[in-house]
Amino acid sequence: MTRPDPSLLSKLGLACKSFLAILAQPGFAARIEALRDDSAAPVPAAPEPVMPVAPAQAQFREIPSEAAMQLLGLLQRDARFIDFIEEDVAHYADADIGAAARIVHEGCRKVLREHFSIQPLRSESEGSRITLAAGFDAAAVRLTGNVVGQPPFTGSLSHRGWRISEARLPRLAAGHDASIVAQAEVEL
Amino acid sequence: MSTARYAIGIDLGTTHCALSFVDITASDGEKVVQQVLPIPQLSGPGAVEPRSLLPSFLYLPHENELAPGDLSLPWTSTQDFAAGEFARTRGAATPIRLVASAKSWLCHPGVDRRAAILPAEAPAEVTRISPLTASIRYLSHLREAWNQAHPEAPFDAQDVTVTIPASFDPAARELTAEATRAAGYSAVTLLEEPQAALYSWIQHSAGQWRKDVKKGDIILVVDVGGGTTDLSLIAVLEQDGQLELHRVAVGDHILLGGDNMDLALAYGVARKLAAQGTQLDPWQTRALAHACRSAKETLLGDATVNAVPVVVPRRGSKLIGGSIRTEVTREELTSSLLDGFFPVVAVADAPISRARGALTQLGLPYAQDAAITRHLGAFLSRQRGATAELEGFAGQADTASFLHPTAVLFNGGVLKSGLLAERVLGLINTWLAAEGAEPAQLLGGTDLDLAVARGAAYYGYVRRGHGVRIRGGTARAHYVAVESAMPAIPGMEPPLQALCIAPFGMEEGTEAAPPEQEFGLVVGEPVRFRFFGSSVRRQDQVGTLLDFWAPDELQELEEIEANLPAEGRRAGEIVPVKLHARVTETGILELEARPTGGTERWKVEFDVRGDSRT
Repeated sequence: MTRPDPSLLSKLGLACKSFLAILAQPGFAARIEALRDDSAAPVPAAPEPVMPVAPAQAQFREIPSEAAMQLLGLLQRDARFIDFIEEDVAHYADADIGAAARIVHEGCRKVLREHFSIQPLRSESEGSRITLAAGFDAAAVRLTGNVVGQPPFTGSLSHRGWRISEARLPRLAAGHDASIVAQAEVEL
Repeated sequence: MSTARYAIGIDLGTTHCALSFVDITASDGEKVVQQVLPIPQLSGPGAVEPRSLLPSFLYLPHENELAPGDLSLPWTSTQDFAAGEFARTRGAATPIRLVASAKSWLCHPGVDRRAAILPAEAPAEVTRISPLTASIRYLSHLREAWNQAHPEAPFDAQDVTVTIPASFDPAARELTAEATRAAGYSAVTLLEEPQAALYSWIQHSAGQWRKDVKKGDIILVVDVGGGTTDLSLIAVLEQDGQLELHRVAVGDHILLGGDNMDLALAYGVARKLAAQGTQLDPWQTRALAHACRSAKETLLGDATVNAVPVVVPRRGSKLIGGSIRTEVTREELTSSLLDGFFPVVAVADAPISRARGALTQLGLPYAQDAAITRHLGAFLSRQRGATAELEGFAGQADTASFLHPTAVLFNGGVLKSGLLAERVLGLINTWLAAEGAEPAQLLGGTDLDLAVARGAAYYGYVRRGHGVRIRGGTARAHYVAVESAMPAIPGMEPPLQALCIAPFGMEEGTEAAPPEQEFGLVVGEPVRFRFFGSSVRRQDQVGTLLDFWAPDELQELEEIEANLPAEGRRAGEIVPVKLHARVTETGILELEARPTGGTERWKVEFDVRGDSRT
C-alpha cells in the first residue's frame, strides 16, 4: 500500500500544484493541514476510524478569491506559470525543463518585484544564534525541534522568513472577470 | 501662473512619457521638494496600475476585440483606445493597430503632421489618427492622471514645462505647443531635453555643481533615448562672481536610439538560429526581441558575464518541449551594439550617407549611419567655433579640429549601461588626447530615465528666481530664400540668396528688428517661401544676405506660407510687407508679415503638410 517515493521533479510539480490547490480549492487547505499534523506522528499502520471532533468556537473569515485569481493571471501572463505547472514534466529531459524554468523564473521574479515589496523578517544571517524574548510574535517566528521550557528561547536561525510590506495589485474595472487568468488566443 | 503651487515637468518622449513635480511652496532655495507622479494606466484588459513611466504607445482596438469596460480608466469609461503599458504589449501582437514613435512622426518633414496617417501599416478599416492627435492623447492622459491624484491643485493652475528635443525645428516646436493647447493645457513652457537633463544634474547636486564645474568648462550633453539621439553643448561662464550656463550649440535631429539597438541584436540572434535551421514565426521573433533586451541588460550591466541563455517559448499552452534555446554572447553584443552603434572612429570621420532612393519614403527617416560616435564627432567638428566669441574661451579655436568638451553628461536609458557610457567617454578622451587636451570629466548621479521630467519640473521652479538658469535662446539662425535680381539666362535658374530674418540666440520673449527687404504679398492667395536654418552661423544679423554658403552650413526646413486675408483689400492686390521674427514666452519662433507703414500683423505659418519638397 505504500507508494514509492516520487522523483525530485515530480515532487516539485506536486508541491506547486498543492500550493495552487491550497489557495483555490475550498477545503483542500484544511485537509493538507490535517495531513501535516499527522505526519509528525509515525505513519499509522491502518486508517483509524474518524473520531467526531467537537466544533471549534474560533472565528474564521472568508478570503475573497479574486485577488488570488488576479495574481495567478499575472503569473501566467508574465511567467507562463499555469502552463508550466499544468504540464506533465515526467517525460521531458531536465534540459528542456530547465529552459522553461528560466522563463518561469524570470517572469515570476518580475511579478514579485513589481507587485510586492518583500523583506526578510529577521535581519540576522541564517545560521547565527538568536534569542527570542518572552512575548515574541509567534505568527512571525516558527519554533522547531526541541520546543520545551519557557522563553527566552535561544536557537539557530534556519530561515530568515519573508514579510510582504506592500502589495500593489492592479485595480480591476467593475465588470472585469478575474477568473479568466489567460485568454484563449486566436490569430486571424 | 504666480499662484501655482507646483511646477510640473513633462517628458514627452518617443518611447516613454513621465511627469515630475516640485512643490514650490514647500521648497526653499536649493532644498527642493520633488516627486514623480505614478501614472495610472491600463496594464491589461480592465486592469489599471500606476507606473512611473507611461509608454508612448496607443492601441486602437477592434470594436469586438475587448469586453465592455476593458478600456476604462479611473477618469473615463468612454475612451475607445488604450495608452501606455497595455497598448504596448497588446500592440506587439497586433502591430497594425499600434501607434508608436508618434513624436518622430511629429517632426518628419515628409508627411502631413495633422493628417490621420498612423498606424502607418494599418489596413483601410482601421480609423487612423494624426501624429498630432497621438501627442494630444498622451498629454491629456498625464493631465487627467494629475487631476485625479491632486484634486486640490488643478493641473491648469500649475506651472507646466514640456520638454522637446533640442534638435526640433520651429515647425515641430509649434506643433508640440499646439498639442498642449489641444490637450487643454493653459500655458506651457517648452524646454530642450538636454538642458532638462543638466537641470536635473544641478538639482541633484544640491549646490555641489558649483564645485564640479568651473568657468571656462564646456559641458557636452549626450542624450540617447529610445528613439532619438540629441546633442547639446553648454558653456560655463562667470558674471559678477556667479557661474552662468550658456547653451551654445545643439546637434541635428538623429533618429537613432535604444529601440534600433534592441532590434539589431535580435536580428543577429534570429540569423544565427536560421543558420542552425530554426525559423521563427513573427510571434516568436517578438518574443526573441523581448528576451534579447533582457539579455542585453544583463551583459551590459555585468562585464564578467560572457553569455546569457535566451529561451523563446512556444506560443500554445505547452511551455516545455517546443521552446527554442540559444544564447547571446558577449561577442555578439560587442559586434552588433558596441561596434555597430558606438564604433571607435576618428573625430574627423563623417557619418556615411547614401543617396536616397527615388521613391518617396513613407516610413520614418531613420539616420542612415547607425554609428552614434560618428554623428558625435561630426557635431563637435562642426561646432568647433561655437565658443569663439565667448569671454574666457579664446585660445582653443585656432589649433583644435573640434570643440573640446571638458565635461560630459549622459542622459537616456541606453547610456545607463556602464559599458556604452565608458565607450563614449573613452572615445571622446582619445580624441582630446590626440590634440593634447585634458580628458573630460563625467558628470554623474542622475536617474537617466527620469532626469528629463525632473529637470523640467526643477526648471519651472528656478524660473521663479530660485536658482541658476541656462541661457541660450534659439540654437539656429533662420533665413528665407530670395531670388537674386539678375537678368534671366535661359536654361538657368536664378541663383538663390538667403536673407537672415532671425539671428542665432534669440531669447524667449524677444523680437528681432525687421530686415529692410520688402516682399510683395498677393491678397487672398497663399505665398510660400523656402526657409532655412543654420546651427553654425552665429554672427549673421537680421538683414544679412548670403550669396553663398557651404552645404552643411544651412539646412532647408519646411516652407513657410503667408496668407493675407482679403478683408479691406481687393483680392489680387499686391501688398509690400516686411517679415518680423519673434520668440514667444513659450519658446516658439513666430514669423509675422507686417505691411509697410501699417499696423496690421499676419501670422506666417510653417508648412507641416509635408508636400513642400515634392
